[in-house]
Amino acid sequence: MTLEAVLIASAALFCVGLYGALSQQVVVMVMMGLELMLNGVILAAAGLWWFLAPAPDGQVLLLVVITAMTVEMAMGFAVATLLHRSRESDMTDMATDLSG
Amino acid sequence: MISAVLFWFLAVVATAAGIAVFRVDSMARATYALAVSFVAVGVMLLLFNLEYIGVITILMMVMEMAIMGIFMIMFMGMNPALMPMSMVHNKRGSAILASGVFVGFATAVLLVPWPERRGTPAVDLTQSLGETIMGSKMLVMLTVSPVLFATLVAAIVLANPRGRYDRFGDDLRRRPPTGPGEGGPR
Repeated sequence: MTLEAVLIASAALFCVGLYGALSQQVVVMVMMGLELMLNGVILAAAGLWWFLAPAPDGQVLLLVVITAMTVEMAMGFAVATLLHRSRESDMTDMATDLSG
Repeated sequence: MISAVLFWFLAVVATAAGIAVFRVDSMARATYALAVSFVAVGVMLLLFNLEYIGVITILMMVMEMAIMGIFMIMFMGMNPALMPMSMVHNKRGSAILASGVFVGFATAVLLVPWPERRGTPAVDLTQSLGETIMGSKMLVMLTVSPVLFATLVAAIVLANPRGRYDRFGDDLRRRPPTGPGEGGPR
């Protein structure tokens, strides 16, 4: 197990999530893509912490990333609920009011 | 050696489950695939002796995926959530972009001269994390706490079907109140 291996695994997770976030039409599926991207970030941060500077401070960064993931999920579900109630749809293509 | 084999196994499981999220037939199965990916990453964190963070990740994400499954079935209706579906746009462009980003990341990872490890991990990482967030990094906790509270409030305001903003308008000045139902007392 090396730092390079960990970072490549995390890059794979990040890019799978990126594909999902860009390609999916359903809001909840887009959120799944974002979750996968953050999953990769958590793994990369843990690997960098372990292999480069395993001081306690690094763990705090992981907690912050997990918090960001929690906030993203909560707000995503709230927006999906609002969108579904107001437009009877949960598709991103139906919520383009702010585009362009 | 065993940890390296276990790491690669978990990395393959996490990535394959991540791919499965966008390949399986139904959203309900996609939710479980994402949960598997998160559990694999959580176990990988345990390989770095990050017991607290790893267990938090596993517990939180399993619960989150259970909630996500409920939301999907709720929004999509029971049948669409469990039946084959494909709701994508710009599939080819997204795949090319994601592949390009991966190649860029992988190249950078392999080319960067990573420095030597500095310092050694504490004997009890959970205790050292607790001492850090209650000591030198307390500002992080002081920031995270109001952010989470604000998230709670904002999520409830958005999701509430008949809140004060529905009845009294965005500036809370609409009289008489309107909105869903009777709009409250007139």
